[in-house]
Amino acid sequence: MAYRVVVDFDLCESNARCMEAAPEVFEVRDDDYLYVLDETPPEELRPKVEEAVRRCPKAAISLVEE
Amino acid sequence: MTGAGGAGPAVVVVGASLAGLRAVEELRHRGFDGPITVVGAERHLPYDRPPLSKQLLAGEWGVDRIALTVTTPGGLDGLDVDWRLGTRAVGLDVGGRRVALEGGDELRYDGLVIATGAAPRRLPGTDGLAGVHTLRTLDDALAIRADLDAGPRRVVVIGAGFVGAEVAATCRGRGHEVTLLEALPVPLERALGAEMGNVVAELHRDHGVDLRLGVGVAGFEGDGRVERVRLADGSAVPADLVVVGIGVSPATDWLAGSGLALDDGVVCDATTWVAPGVVAAGDVARWPSRRLGELVRVEHWDNAVAMGAHAARRLLAEPPFAGGDGGEVEPYDPVPWFWSDQYDRKVQLAGWSAGADEVAVVDGSTEDRRFVALYRRGDRLVGALSMNRPRPLVTYRRLIEEGAGWEEAMAQAASA
Repeated sequence: MAYRVVVDFDLCESNARCMEAAPEVFEVRDDDYLYVLDETPPEELRPKVEEAVRRCPKAAISLVEE
Repeated sequence: MTGAGGAGPAVVVVGASLAGLRAVEELRHRGFDGPITVVGAERHLPYDRPPLSKQLLAGEWGVDRIALTVTTPGGLDGLDVDWRLGTRAVGLDVGGRRVALEGGDELRYDGLVIATGAAPRRLPGTDGLAGVHTLRTLDDALAIRADLDAGPRRVVVIGAGFVGAEVAATCRGRGHEVTLLEALPVPLERALGAEMGNVVAELHRDHGVDLRLGVGVAGFEGDGRVERVRLADGSAVPADLVVVGIGVSPATDWLAGSGLALDDGVVCDATTWVAPGVVAAGDVARWPSRRLGELVRVEHWDNAVAMGAHAARRLLAEPPFAGGDGGEVEPYDPVPWFWSDQYDRKVQLAGWSAGADEVAVVDGSTEDRRFVALYRRGDRLVGALSMNRPRPLVTYRRLIEEGAGWEEAMAQAASA
């Protein structure tokens, strides 16, 4: 089942924990903003993306099953 | 005797906060489908503590906003946990694999996760005096908020650690008068070191906090409700509301007499293992850090997340869990990481600041309050601090993880 990565940018504070968990999907650039590189990552990245969800101190990331 | 029936091994988690929840989540993620009972001293389902001193206290968020969620299918309900909330564990029989609960109930376990966290230290002479608070739980935060809601307050915060500094910032944001008292000469000295603690001191002064450093508290005065905080120099600070933030102690009272090694926390091995069938995680756990070569206990949110999951994996390597042969489990050896929000500044620290020989600002400037500073111990990079500059911290945290030398860190800074 496919899933979509949704970031609440009102909550995101660019702590970059997601980038450390799943660099294929999340990138905080030198402008200190988070960029989602792939909103519908492949299934094999799901464990890493879920780790990113758990490690976000602002609970700004959610996964929507599609 | 209640709890798990006869169907396969049973897990009991004592502590219904972040570390305990992440342990349960990991157990289910790894396919453990046996019974799990979670014992929580508070009456609430797991919630997130960091907003307590910030958005919740500010009145920006309601209680519903801080519920913790899980990534396992079906959310919290899908974890199929028997929640024993509002219930304290009062004893542990390691040989008999039983947890005693207040009220006389016992829970049998095959696997136990100790995740009871820590409790705020209190000051003598505050019992029965209304208006004196600690801040650890949701109920604490709601009580402080209710006091603040009653009108303009003269708030005295005792202790300029993270909880105290954040409470001071939030109370200023709400327009209250704030006096912040700290026994040490610098706020946040233990966490950030003196140099960077001074940056935070100026931040608070610029926001109108009456910051008094090197000040001891002698006692409290008031008729039923606090009216003044007496200082060691004989003076007094008028107070309508006092928040005491002088640190926490690991919640190990219930383990007295269990035979487990207790020394500023439950002492684990490098894999979070405590005793046969017992692991520990979060604020309560002390383990040998290979990076530091000493026992450490880490009170950070991020540590509760990672250590809770690690402890769950370690537990599943124990007999009688399926595949549990007590075999190799990698050590838990993270680079600690935390953040703190005060006013519009976001502070993050990766690694360790304590015992640093040198602190160097390598990006931005402390005057602008947007910078990165690195901490050197000997010839190693041991810590990195950022204020409103998160991106470079990713790089430096990785260098710390790799055990990078100071020269390498300086070269990285020069090339950035």
